[in-house]
Amino acid sequence: MDLEYGKQYEDYRLEVQEFCKKYKGVQFNDTAKIPLASNNKSGGPVMARSDWQKILIENGYFARSIPKEYGGYGGDSDIIKSRITATEFSNQRIPGPMGGQGIDMLVPTLLELGTEEQKNKFIKPTLHGEMIWCQGYSEPNAGSDLASLQTKGELIDGKWIINGQKIWTSTAQYAQMMFCLVRTEPEASKHAGISYLLVPMDTPGLEIRPLVDMTLQAGFNEVFFTDVTIPGENIVGKRGEGWAVANATLGHERGSLANPNATMNRLNMLINRMKKETIDGKKLIEIPVYRDRLLKIQGKIMAFQSHALRILSSKLNPGQDVKIGKMIQKLVGTELRHELEGLGIDIMGELGTLYEDSPYLRDGGSWQFTYMYYLGLIIGGGTNQIQKNIISERGLGLPREPKVQGV
Amino acid sequence: MYFGLSEEQTFFQDNVKKFLVDQAPLDVIRQITAEKNTSIQEEIRQGLTNLGLNALLIPEDYGGLGLDLLFAAAVSEGLGSGVAPIAFTGSYVMAPLAIMHGGSDVQKENYLTKISSNTVKFGVGLSEYIGAREDAELIINGNKVNGKALFVIDADDASHFILSDDQGTIFIVDADDSGLEIIELTSVDKTRSYVEILLNNVTAEILDNTVKNNNAIEKTIDAGRIMLAADSVGAAQVMIDKSVEYAKERKQFGRVIGSFQAVKHMCAEMTAELEPCYAIVWHAAHCFDYIPEEARLLACQSKSHISEVTKMVAKKATEVHGGMGFTDLLGLHYWFKRIGMNRQLLGSPELVRDEAGKIQGF
Ligand SMILES: Cc1cc2nc3c(=O)[nH]c(=O)nc-3n(C[C@H](O)[C@H](O)[C@H](O)COP(=O)(O)OP(=O)(O)OC[C@H]3O[C@@H](n4cnc5c(N)ncnc54)[C@H](O)[C@@H]3O)c2cc1C
Repeated sequence: MDLEYGKQYEDYRLEVQEFCKKYKGVQFNDTAKIPLASNNKSGGPVMARSDWQKILIENGYFARSIPKEYGGYGGDSDIIKSRITATEFSNQRIPGPMGGQGIDMLVPTLLELGTEEQKNKFIKPTLHGEMIWCQGYSEPNAGSDLASLQTKGELIDGKWIINGQKIWTSTAQYAQMMFCLVRTEPEASKHAGISYLLVPMDTPGLEIRPLVDMTLQAGFNEVFFTDVTIPGENIVGKRGEGWAVANATLGHERGSLANPNATMNRLNMLINRMKKETIDGKKLIEIPVYRDRLLKIQGKIMAFQSHALRILSSKLNPGQDVKIGKMIQKLVGTELRHELEGLGIDIMGELGTLYEDSPYLRDGGSWQFTYMYYLGLIIGGGTNQIQKNIISERGLGLPREPKVQGV
Repeated sequence: MYFGLSEEQTFFQDNVKKFLVDQAPLDVIRQITAEKNTSIQEEIRQGLTNLGLNALLIPEDYGGLGLDLLFAAAVSEGLGSGVAPIAFTGSYVMAPLAIMHGGSDVQKENYLTKISSNTVKFGVGLSEYIGAREDAELIINGNKVNGKALFVIDADDASHFILSDDQGTIFIVDADDSGLEIIELTSVDKTRSYVEILLNNVTAEILDNTVKNNNAIEKTIDAGRIMLAADSVGAAQVMIDKSVEYAKERKQFGRVIGSFQAVKHMCAEMTAELEPCYAIVWHAAHCFDYIPEEARLLACQSKSHISEVTKMVAKKATEVHGGMGFTDLLGLHYWFKRIGMNRQLLGSPELVRDEAGKIQGF
């Protein structure tokens, strides 16, 4: 065991700390459109979110290993540096880079499987926050069983013509582009008939209807396709290879859904609140029943954080095998965060139910909001029941579900 | 940066596991737990001493191997996986650490060398400091001690005991002192047990640096908790492995039960919860030696968290085995009980969490 990163990294840490000092309290004048962006009101520099993104890239704090010609920093991939950056940013409450499905999923996919032309055209504006993407996978009748999707794509005169419907499409209403899965080879078997297409959202025939979720925000949408026509080259991989292309990035999504550092920050917020908040004049942190629940979840969060170090270590040390360790992250991380947010509500009792702009609202209603939001993440990105199937089948080698005849 | 067990640690752990699989399979465990102090038990003790378990943590100056607590945690995990019917946590982790941190140079020279050469063996009883039951207490008066100590661990064939009063002053007594009476307690976990000790004007050798300083007792208990946590992780992993194996073989309704989702999900849940337990217990053991400012909280939280997770694993793994899981015949209950006893030793989860709260100033 060696938890030291070494001298060169301590220098790097100082450099990041310097940067954080300079941009302490940075604010954005265009956050309204970005869900869950932090609302920092502490009087730092003001700029557009996409300008911040560029500053981060210039300094190598984001898109570090992505080549310059595609709009990245063009350095070596360095997991330790990325981790130091993330830790310092979160300690100093400096907003990190924009994420989202374009950055987290499409960019890695294109880097791995895209054509040179696609890379040149799409990666830079996506990294710079100028091109927002949405993910068009799920359909009304294809959720967990995604490969049964039916939205149809036909190649006619060198153009794809798409008909059908997607649902639960997060951020479709803000997006310029969609990467989606479409059935293009109806004669092929279920998994072999799918292609991965890139669709501009302003294409005629494409209609977006926002769906309000339980937080009362329109977090996702229905997207209808009526003869939506896009260029033939807007395909990643070959015809019928869409399932493999999509699977290349599902891993990226799952890893990013449950960040242990963010969970630890929320825990610290909860501790601070319990030191201030009182019931019958007594501080919550001093009331044994609440304190025990706090300490119980702290133990889980600490274990999950240590686990993240183990996963990090396996990336730095080829040969260190933590196979099943990675498979559990989405399941454990999302359940843990949901539980933590629920505890935030419980310790506040009736105050914990206040929402939106109510008097006495605590922390902007974020405990309620995030409690519900994480229920969404428990369901999205492959439900946690599906995660358990994956752990038991691929991780533990238990038999797959028997196929039911005639369904 | 490397987070995990080193090659040597894994190798050592594998040796411990292999030794137990070969020398202490279930029928041997059964025999030993039915009838104490058999010659087989002595052989197992001897074999593990040959591997160096007694001298693991003792500095080389005193004839030991001078290894760190993560090494000991790796060993403890191995012992838990084989439900090893031998002393370790008390005799070879807590006792040497109490002396290393609380003893004078003379005491270190005297006792540490003897632990390394296996000429003294300590039982350990610090329950009166952690949380006294039955109003048990020990009163030190000069170099004499009166009172009783409950739940003293690793007492089998101990030549000496390390005990403490409720203030954290640690002292050594000789098992042969005429004022000392040992009463066996029967616990559900037959692989290890504890005793009660009555002390009537027993001569005590107080560890010099523990009189007004609780550092030694805190270090000792932290290390003990980390060992118990690691032991439970090892035991729980075996319960999961046995469940998965059983689920692949046992058939009902014309298919293996491992193809039923209820069974699969139990296995996945056990795995998902146990996996981060490795990380926290290794992390705690590492910090114990190298990052002291984080060590106490990690020690407490690894003990209490792992106690909760492994309790769940013990229950679900038994359920996966159906009626067979409930039988004495299969013997799964040895692991179940081992986990159950580790949970209560050196503080039940609630007590340990309370301490974790105090450490953070809550
Ligand atoms: C907040 C949020 C954001 C989302 N964003 C997007 C997005 O941007 N793009 C996109 O394409 N999709 C998105 N989704 C959709 C998401 O991927 C699906 O909701 C999810 O895969 C589940 O599909 P479903 O809703 O059809 O539920 P179903 O598949 O109908 O599942 C219903 C229940 O049955 C269980 N179940 C189903 N099959 C099995 C099985 N084999 N074994 C055990 N249990 C099973 C499920 O676990 C669940 O409990 C989002 C969903 C949410 C909640």
